[in-house]
Amino acid sequence: MTTTAERTPGPDDDLIMKVTDVEKYFPIMSKGVIRHHVGDVKAVDGISFNLRRNETLGLVGESGCGKSTTGRALLHLQPATAGSIVFDGHELTTLSQRAMRPLRRDIQIVFQDPYASLDPRMPVNSIVGEAMRIHGLWNKESTERIRVLLGLVGLNPEHGNRFPHEFSGGQRQRIGIARALALEPKVLVLDEPVSALDVSIQAGVINLLEDLKNRLGLAYIFIAHDLSVVRHISDRVAVMYLGKIVEIADTSELFERPAHPYTQSLLSAIPLPDPRRERARERILLTGDVPSPANPPSGCRFRTRCPKFANQLDDSQREQCVNEIPALDDRGMGHDVACHYAEVVDILA
Amino acid sequence: MTELLDVRDGTDPGTSVAVLDVDDLNVRFPTSDGVVHAVRGVSYRLQPGEVLGIVGESGSGKSVTSMAVMGLLGKSARVTGSIKFRGRELLGMGDRDMSGVRGRGIAMVFQDPMTSLNPVYKIGHQLAEALQTHVPDMSDDDARRRSLELLDLVGIPDAKQRVDQYPHEFSGGMRQRVVIAIAMANQPDVIIADEPTTALDVTVQAQVLDVLRAAQRETHSAIVLITHDLGVVAGMADRVMVMYAGRPVELGSVEDIYYRPRMPYTVGLLGSLPRVDIGERQRLTPIQGSPPSLLNLPPGCPFTPRCPMSRPNCETEEPLFRSVGAEHGAACHYSEELRDLEHSAEIFDVTSTDAGLPSDDGPQAIDPLKDGPVGSTPEPPRDDDDGARIPTSELGTPAGDRPHLEAPANEGPGYQ
Repeated sequence: MTTTAERTPGPDDDLIMKVTDVEKYFPIMSKGVIRHHVGDVKAVDGISFNLRRNETLGLVGESGCGKSTTGRALLHLQPATAGSIVFDGHELTTLSQRAMRPLRRDIQIVFQDPYASLDPRMPVNSIVGEAMRIHGLWNKESTERIRVLLGLVGLNPEHGNRFPHEFSGGQRQRIGIARALALEPKVLVLDEPVSALDVSIQAGVINLLEDLKNRLGLAYIFIAHDLSVVRHISDRVAVMYLGKIVEIADTSELFERPAHPYTQSLLSAIPLPDPRRERARERILLTGDVPSPANPPSGCRFRTRCPKFANQLDDSQREQCVNEIPALDDRGMGHDVACHYAEVVDILA
Repeated sequence: MTELLDVRDGTDPGTSVAVLDVDDLNVRFPTSDGVVHAVRGVSYRLQPGEVLGIVGESGSGKSVTSMAVMGLLGKSARVTGSIKFRGRELLGMGDRDMSGVRGRGIAMVFQDPMTSLNPVYKIGHQLAEALQTHVPDMSDDDARRRSLELLDLVGIPDAKQRVDQYPHEFSGGMRQRVVIAIAMANQPDVIIADEPTTALDVTVQAQVLDVLRAAQRETHSAIVLITHDLGVVAGMADRVMVMYAGRPVELGSVEDIYYRPRMPYTVGLLGSLPRVDIGERQRLTPIQGSPPSLLNLPPGCPFTPRCPMSRPNCETEEPLFRSVGAEHGAACHYSEELRDLEHSAEIFDVTSTDAGLPSDDGPQAIDPLKDGPVGSTPEPPRDDDDGARIPTSELGTPAGDRPHLEAPANEGPGYQ
């Protein structure tokens, strides 16, 4: 099923979504009666990537790196302030909400919190069927279709007339997935779909997402902070830091040959559930916290926490990090990385 | 019972100098629906300087256990059993005496560093308060000097300025360092850390765990580390206790638990974790169903409805916690059968379905779905052409295609 052949990226005509230089700035207004625009929180600051059909692109990073904002910008829920998002030949960034509506059938989202994302006063059948009604697709077969959808996400279709509070967290997340699938989307944005769930429950939802992708030919944008889950489910992975993509590569490439110091420290920080390996590892400890996206460091944004910048570079090399924003390019690693001094280090060996 | 004592200890019971000795701890909360039996017979002994990891899913009783040890449970909680700290019984101790133990004897680090610090006092004030409560004649200057030392120790840069700041001026990771500094202020014998890094990002988590290790080196405290993250436990703990439905189901050295688990629940937990260090894409083996309600728990092993190995006697007889090896105990009738287990997939199904609704399996639990069919979700039929893709458009077609659609791949052919 998941052979290497299937994971190899297809040709470019397979593209379903092309994201170019997308920015999402949130204005900061001064206090007082007359509020002046005094700056911007640069939540997403110029990111580009492609999504192919039937591909899972993992988007990882720490809180505040802009991964969820990216997901919302793709859906036009929080329209991007600049850049272009082309979905299946349509430019999304210039569309009005009304013109966007028919396209929403094709791009759906599953939210993180399965408790907050389902209306507690609606039975499951109505929750799953709501989108069909909104899009005027309700017909006499729809009731049957809801049963099929519930079965598809591994729930008992008999439970469709129950309310969300009667279900466990994992089951609510399955309801959210069924709702997202109701309109037969081509792309599913999964915003931390399993991070609110206990591990034993999480595994079942991950397996379900893998099955659905293979059975229905979906493409996923999988947003998560848990790199273990991302490695498990993704075909390609983009690592974000302070609103920018710092490294993007096929999953095995990224995890086996990480070239950006941030990716490397992220990988080295994950505790392994294997006592011998975990104790034998060397950690790259980052110092400090993520700087504010309202006022990011000049040049390379990671330099304030970068172990390489602090320990290995000389002053002239550091100058380049301070003055020049590293572009996301292939620097001879076989994949794109945004670091002037990128170097492959195998962290997980 | 001797067998049990051997297990919950790390050493010979005769010579043990356990700093914390919890024996048959039970916590019950009376509610209008009946009694919730949140902790059901927890026993463990903590040796000086040892790190004991307690793992389990939400609702397994790991936090309630530690709240009982700290005497922080509300008045409605009914606590029985025994909690001995350095030989002194803590259960039933008055609040004034207990205050002398809290902070100085046993300190606690909570999950959320924002709510465990007081937002209206400066960090320095809160550190000094912890110090001066237990050493009333400590001068303000001494308290400040010691506070600065502690902040340095937990790696807060510019401690001199930071000590006069308020919690809101600190980031999450920095706040958790302050909380750890307060916990270690009085060189306690035991630090109970309840999910200390769950609210933090991984890179910050790594820093904070490092601080916790440093704190332990400095104070020689024993640590009870409560977490749901099996990776954190693997790196920190000497011994691990796995809890399920309010009781320990397995206790052993960290190597025993990770490499030689003897309880199906532990096996299932480890098998459901995706691994960042393993390249080949493996199918995960989830544990189907949900943990039982602790209200009027049925007899028998509480894991039975989710257990792939369950037999009829599991439903009637709750297994005793018994020794399955040197310093290794488990509560399962059939733990012997797990002796040669290589991989969780040998007993757990690689599945993506959900077995049923929470507590679907017993009419006795608080179950809003009492009228629901018991254990009704049928095992989906195996799909022969598993990998075959169904175009999304087919989803809508009724009846004809249903058996095909209703069979989520039950077996991952990609599994290795």
